[in-house]
Amino acid sequence: MAAPEVTAGRVQVARPAPAAPPRRRRRPLRDTALVWGFAAPALVVYIGFVILPVVLAAVFSFFNWNGLGPLDRFIGLDNYVRAFSDPVFLGALRNNITIVVLSLVIQGPLAIGIALLLNRRLRGRTLIRTLIFVPYVLSEVVAGLAFRLMLPPGGPFDTFLTSLGWTGTKPQWLADPDVAFWTLFAVLTWKYLGLAIILMLAGLQGIPEELHEAAALDGASWWQTQLRITIPLLGPTVRIWAFLSIIGSLQLFDMVWILTGGGPLNATQTMATYMVDIGNGRSQIGFGSAVAVILFFVSLVIALIYQRAVLRRDMAGAVTRGG
Amino acid sequence: MNSKMRWAAVAATSALALGAVAGCSGGSGEGGEDGDVTIVWWHNATGEPLSGFWEDVAAEFEEDHPGVTIEVTGYQNEELQRTLIPNQLRTGSGLDLYQQWGAGELAAQVQAGYVMDVSDQLAEEVEALGGVVAPWQYEESTYGLPYNFGIEGFWYNTELFAEAGIDEPPSTLDELYEAIDKLKAADITPIAVGAGDGWPAAHYWYNFALKSCSPEVLQAAQAELTWDDPCFVEAGELLAEFIDSDPFQEGFLATSAQQGAGSSAGMLATGEAAMELMGHWNPGVMGGILQEETGDEDATPPEFLGWFNFPAIDGAAGDPTAALGGGDGFSCSAWAPPECAELLAYISSVDVQTRFGESGAGVPVTPGSEPGVEDENLQLVLGGLRDASYVQLWFDTAYGPTVGGALNDAIVQMFGDQGSPQDIVDAMSGAAATL
Repeated sequence: MAAPEVTAGRVQVARPAPAAPPRRRRRPLRDTALVWGFAAPALVVYIGFVILPVVLAAVFSFFNWNGLGPLDRFIGLDNYVRAFSDPVFLGALRNNITIVVLSLVIQGPLAIGIALLLNRRLRGRTLIRTLIFVPYVLSEVVAGLAFRLMLPPGGPFDTFLTSLGWTGTKPQWLADPDVAFWTLFAVLTWKYLGLAIILMLAGLQGIPEELHEAAALDGASWWQTQLRITIPLLGPTVRIWAFLSIIGSLQLFDMVWILTGGGPLNATQTMATYMVDIGNGRSQIGFGSAVAVILFFVSLVIALIYQRAVLRRDMAGAVTRGG
Repeated sequence: MNSKMRWAAVAATSALALGAVAGCSGGSGEGGEDGDVTIVWWHNATGEPLSGFWEDVAAEFEEDHPGVTIEVTGYQNEELQRTLIPNQLRTGSGLDLYQQWGAGELAAQVQAGYVMDVSDQLAEEVEALGGVVAPWQYEESTYGLPYNFGIEGFWYNTELFAEAGIDEPPSTLDELYEAIDKLKAADITPIAVGAGDGWPAAHYWYNFALKSCSPEVLQAAQAELTWDDPCFVEAGELLAEFIDSDPFQEGFLATSAQQGAGSSAGMLATGEAAMELMGHWNPGVMGGILQEETGDEDATPPEFLGWFNFPAIDGAAGDPTAALGGGDGFSCSAWAPPECAELLAYISSVDVQTRFGESGAGVPVTPGSEPGVEDENLQLVLGGLRDASYVQLWFDTAYGPTVGGALNDAIVQMFGDQGSPQDIVDAMSGAAATL
């Protein structure tokens, strides 16, 4: 074969030699084959480990199946009806949505504020940035276990509070159903704020210094500069972070599983922990699959709406149209 | 790299990926040439002494049976029970001898055709074991053998009991209430319960149900999965009353049963609580926790441990000497080589069972192996088991994971001050309807 100049990365731009017009037809075909050849391994993995499980879960969800023996008890939509009439599942769904909203409302502004502060010149800035990012780097399991060990009644955290002067009875951070959800959210904020701050800082780096200078020349105060220039220009970063945060909150599993296991009394159950609890723990694979499908569709619909409505301008140019 | 080589590389990568997707089979089972047989054996012992004990048993069996290789692996209990074994059974290969908890789960596996019927091959062993083998039977056939069976009771700290001025372990519910009051008066947490794990809390209801319901009612409920008898509601009422006496540690809804010093077993082992209602494995669990906490590999279960059976209730319909218990066993998969049943028989032999007792890991079941039980507390458990007129298997095991899970969940709700005695019964009926 000729054409050694055609390399994988530049298939599109490689121009065929104009000297041999009859051969021109064959080249795109060969290019197509080459593209498929390189894409095939990734596609096979993607289809085998992503598409196929989704399809299988959808199939299982129409059956009453305990995971053993053949799939032979078709029950239509019963599993879905059951999920939407189960107060525990509805509570889990409500918890997911609450976490989505709280993350956006609390973590977002907090991250922007801290990023703005850290973007100013101050001594030890690199150290502070590193420290803030540490929780995000820690594995979920390690962080979750650490909090579990710190938060039992009379545990290290309560001792710490006492040493600060709070001598009264402390809330039962993980054992009281009315408190556990807020404890969970605080731990989640601790864990994921670092990522948000780093993203915001990166976004801030992309804002040209000249704009700040121009604003200063025009007599704008620091606050005015931040509100009128920095934050609007930070828009794309905020929108991408919000997207990641929403999807992460909807699919939240590991931290809950380690910290509370969905308890006490299902107070911190999320759709994902409920799915594992019921599907795996109680051998109701069919019903668990229905929950998985619901989780999938909720995430998909929200992601698509968000992309269409919010990320449209940010994504323009990033997605190539065929042709 | 010329084009040809490039294509070859692409093809090879694709083939690799395809292999990764399609492959994953292989493994065990029906041996290869020359009559060589490999038995893949999965059990739930991840710590000493038991994991080493099973390796010894496997090595002895290999020695007596030339050509047989045993691949023995211990996995974490819940992982093994809920994920690894069901997934492997579904593939129809790769697993020969495996941990079997019996009853509801066994029935589901048998119905799916995954379990070897050993009734004929092991008829002698089954007869020797007697009634204890029932959870490993389904419709008159035997699908596995137990190696460990014990009953539940209160493990207690004799020193703390003495400190609180309790001379005798309680034998009636009223005496238990008195003991709780005395312990509280001495500023001692009376009972630790790992309600965060669900089942340890649920066992209180199990015991009240055992004392409220007659054996006939319990057997009928298990066979038909219906709970119409008022005794099941009565059990919930007794439990509500018990919870109202506030005997448990602070924050019990989030306490785990067996992990670390903060767990309920850890609290009993370190003298933070005076009692824990738990199965016969508890000394082993406490020994493990003390080993972890002190870093001393030779740490043993605490000396101060005592044991008493769940107290009787005056005027209740249940058999006062009935006991609640459970055990561990092994099953052979339907496709396992015949040597698997021989290995099962070997595990059940008096010799292996006696040494199992000596290891202190549990209570052996084969008659004649009792002398192996040296631990005083396990001797109490063994005595309680021998005196029991009726032994009820843990309800969650007996009813299977679907109903059992719903039952445990509803009971924990009651521990958290939500739900009524009737709700517990309704939760079981509701779950049974989805089977």
